[in-house]
Amino acid sequence: MSENPTTHTPIAVGDGAAIPHKSDAGLFTAWRIAFFGSILLCLFLAFGRPDQYLAIFKFIPDGILVTFKVTVGGILLAIVFGLIAGLGRISSNRLINGAASLYVEIIRGVPLLVQLFYIYYALGRFVKIPDIVSAIIAMAFCYGAYMAEIFRAGIQSIPKGQMEAALSLGMSRRQAMRQVILPQAFKVVLPPIGNEFIALLKDSSLVSILAVADLLRRGREYASESFNYFETYTVIALVYLIMTLFFSKLISMMEERLNEGR
Amino acid sequence: MKAASRPMIEVSGVSKFFGSFQALSDVSFSVQDGEKVVIIGPSGSGKSTILRSINRLETIDRGRIVVNGMDVSDPKTDISKVREEIGMVFQSFNLFPHKTVLENLTLAQTVVRKRSKKDAEEIAMELLRKVNIAEKAAAYPAKLSGGQQQRVAIARSLAMNPKAILFDEPTSALDPEMIGEVLDVMKNLAREGMTMVVVTHEMGFAREVADRVIFMDHGRIVEEGTPEHFFTSATHERARLFLSQIL
Repeated sequence: MSENPTTHTPIAVGDGAAIPHKSDAGLFTAWRIAFFGSILLCLFLAFGRPDQYLAIFKFIPDGILVTFKVTVGGILLAIVFGLIAGLGRISSNRLINGAASLYVEIIRGVPLLVQLFYIYYALGRFVKIPDIVSAIIAMAFCYGAYMAEIFRAGIQSIPKGQMEAALSLGMSRRQAMRQVILPQAFKVVLPPIGNEFIALLKDSSLVSILAVADLLRRGREYASESFNYFETYTVIALVYLIMTLFFSKLISMMEERLNEGR
Repeated sequence: MKAASRPMIEVSGVSKFFGSFQALSDVSFSVQDGEKVVIIGPSGSGKSTILRSINRLETIDRGRIVVNGMDVSDPKTDISKVREEIGMVFQSFNLFPHKTVLENLTLAQTVVRKRSKKDAEEIAMELLRKVNIAEKAAAYPAKLSGGQQQRVAIARSLAMNPKAILFDEPTSALDPEMIGEVLDVMKNLAREGMTMVVVTHEMGFAREVADRVIFMDHGRIVEEGTPEHFFTSATHERARLFLSQIL
């Protein structure tokens, strides 16, 4: 946790890739080396050893697209689940509060892979939807529970006086939440949500065990045909690395822009 | 003053407990339309608690509070309707940091009063000129000094055309050199006939502006009267001691 006190309560959520911080010069250098190094290595492999590697690069793009779809779809839906459950967790209505808490507790207590299997096959049993949609829902349902805690903490980090001021002006609780509390909480939760995005990007590789042709699955398909296991997984790892590093940079830039407004 | 009419704010027999601690015991007073009432007392005396009870930021355990004909102490009362009519100014300003000064003034006007953006902005600019801060309309609150923020907060409250305004220690968080500018705005409001209930430590303000001073201690009203009476011939021991310490 940060040493110097900030205006908002810092929210500690692990598991994402390190999002480079401006003040953290060492990390920033590490980001550069890793990011540009990976790209250079990919270029070197593709054009320096085309007979082994070029075919791999040609085989995986639709897998990258699927991974991207699962990640973006997953995070957007997880934000919806998380916001609903997070608001439920701070609700004074016992039933809503209880339901939201139960959701968070259960999800956080079961391994992601097990949940993925369970939700995927449970959905498949009752409704006919495309595999990728089931996978997205399953990922979002799991991540929504973690997201709920982020939203809860983010909302609670906004000083009490903000709600009181909004209520005193005649706003309803719902209006105050929408107009005053959530826009402020959003700034607080953006860094941890960015972390979750990166974590979800990496965890999306788990959907490869379902019938979803994501990046890892495409790699497995190629490897099992060509028997070039080492080469294939080298490329897969590099592509994941480039993606996570790219997005963590993008998120840290978004954060900086948001902070400029203050 | 319309003596026969119903008081704007009527507090009768109000008690409140925080756990086993009695924050208010049997507090009763009323505020007529156009009247300025200043509540003073040592910290922990319950003065902020009773003020916050008037628009139900605090709930009460016993007694009745009627504001503008609406029973605040009745849980069935739509409290938003009461709050629309009663402004509140806080010690910590509580401006919305993600909104500009202008947006701070227009938000509730558009959301609660359903005014058009254009109308709301016109009203807002007029009020910002009134509190001498129109040039900061496009700034975010963080760029303003404490005194400026509090003046904006007063303007924000005025934008709802309240029938009365509650002030909860409006100058206590300010640097000494900024207290004057906020008190000036409040004195202007008082001259215009705004109904005001002010919790404050500013005795000069109380003496100059108040129609009535209420002194509280340990959750009770100990002394109540005109400023002249209060500052020259307070009868209660506790009030005299408080005055001797603060003046």
